[in-house]
Amino acid sequence: MDIIVNHLGLYADGLLVTIKICVYGLIGSLILGTLVAIARVSPVPALRVAGTIWVQTLRNCPVTVVLFFFAFGLPEIGINVPYFWFGVSGLIVYTSSFVCEAVRSGIGAVQPGQSEAARAIGLPFAPMLRYIVIPQAFRYCIPPLANALLAMIKDSAIVGAFGVGGDLFSVSDNLTSAQGFPALPVLIGVVLGYLILIVPSGLLFGVLERRTAMAS
Amino acid sequence: MSVTSVLYDRPGPIGRRRIRIASAVVTLVLVGCACYVLVQLAHRGQLSMQLWGPIVDPRNQQFAAFWNFFGGGLMSTLTSAGISIVLAVILGVFLALARMSAGRFSRPVIIAFIELMRGIPIVVTIFVLSQVLPEFHLGIPVIWYLVIGITAYHAVAIAEIVRAGIHAVPRGQTEAALAIGLSPGRSMRLIVLPQAIRLMLPALIAQLVRVLKDTSLGFIVSYGELLSRGQIAAQNLNNPFQVYFVVGVIFIAINLVLTLIANRSEAALNRTTRTRGGAGTNPSALDAAPQTHDPNPIVHV
Repeated sequence: MDIIVNHLGLYADGLLVTIKICVYGLIGSLILGTLVAIARVSPVPALRVAGTIWVQTLRNCPVTVVLFFFAFGLPEIGINVPYFWFGVSGLIVYTSSFVCEAVRSGIGAVQPGQSEAARAIGLPFAPMLRYIVIPQAFRYCIPPLANALLAMIKDSAIVGAFGVGGDLFSVSDNLTSAQGFPALPVLIGVVLGYLILIVPSGLLFGVLERRTAMAS
Repeated sequence: MSVTSVLYDRPGPIGRRRIRIASAVVTLVLVGCACYVLVQLAHRGQLSMQLWGPIVDPRNQQFAAFWNFFGGGLMSTLTSAGISIVLAVILGVFLALARMSAGRFSRPVIIAFIELMRGIPIVVTIFVLSQVLPEFHLGIPVIWYLVIGITAYHAVAIAEIVRAGIHAVPRGQTEAALAIGLSPGRSMRLIVLPQAIRLMLPALIAQLVRVLKDTSLGFIVSYGELLSRGQIAAQNLNNPFQVYFVVGVIFIAINLVLTLIANRSEAALNRTTRTRGGAGTNPSALDAAPQTHDPNPIVHV
């Protein structure tokens, strides 16, 4: 256990990088996922088809392959950024498909009377979604959304395994392979780090779910 | 029958024209993006037969060697996914039954175990196993690091599915089983579980898609599955873009088929429960399980 205490700084830095990846991933995938969900319920067939292809492709592809593809594919179409951003954007794009499905199921759960009433008072499609349907849909989609975002936190470890460098997962590689410490205590530290991140996030989503629950 | 959604009225002539224009614009923009990508790829020589040849051209001298190697990887992927899902279902049923029948003292232990396994990323579990077990001279074949890691994680998700499935079997079934003198254990095993598993089938197949995706984490321990063999092939042929493209296509194809089967089995399930008058069976209770299949919520009438 001394190893964990002695390298607490390293672990804390790793945790911070992981949190950074997750916060960018959270913001990015929520925005992108909601946009794709709107495309999938829009009256424009081309948008619906594009959204469906987007979701089916990403949902059925392992996040590892998506990340590999971003790291090796994007430079080939002239996009060169530090590896960190390949990792983050791969994570965002992958998670967006799950966020989209969560938001879409939320939109489906809003009573038809709501959108009918919105149309009856003359709201066009976009303001109807913006002011009436999506605010209510977000309550219904908090449980699946929480699942998608918790999965994203765990997937951030895969981003680290690719060698983003400095995140919680790569701390273990640094300490065991490079500095030759025994694996067990080092990895217990890493596991604790992820639990510190994931368990409170899960509880937070639970609270959010109860707070926003509709009286039924 | 007109195609309208609950979200918008059936468009009139002006609305239809707007939708056509919007559709055309969207299509143009997407085709434009695709063209840009293709031009950029061609510009960097990524579309050349030199790079694609070993993958798509049977006359290429490396074609056979590549697919032999790569096909072996596909077999490894399927094998590890198959073993993982079977073990995960067994462990999942056990966990669900343990959680449902646990007493006051053992329940927190089981819940703590479930929360722990749910909180650790699979990639960390696999890495821990591959690093720690050899340290204690417990080295096992590489496939088992992958299988154990995946099983431990997915068993928890499957336990939730099983729990929802068991709850979806009408209470009368248990009561009737107990009434004819079966012990609680036998009524669960002979009466409730078989019906529950039938109800769970769609959710289980959807879970199999996730298991299959997670086998790609085998690259962490260099277990020769699709992705890590692709990695090696890409290094030798110097065409990472092309190889990872093919890996992605294979995964997507297999998973789309699995998703299709899941949807079919769900449709079949809905049909049979409806023709039997429902009998109080409630497959929709399965939707309470986390991350079930696509509920396809927008109804087009």
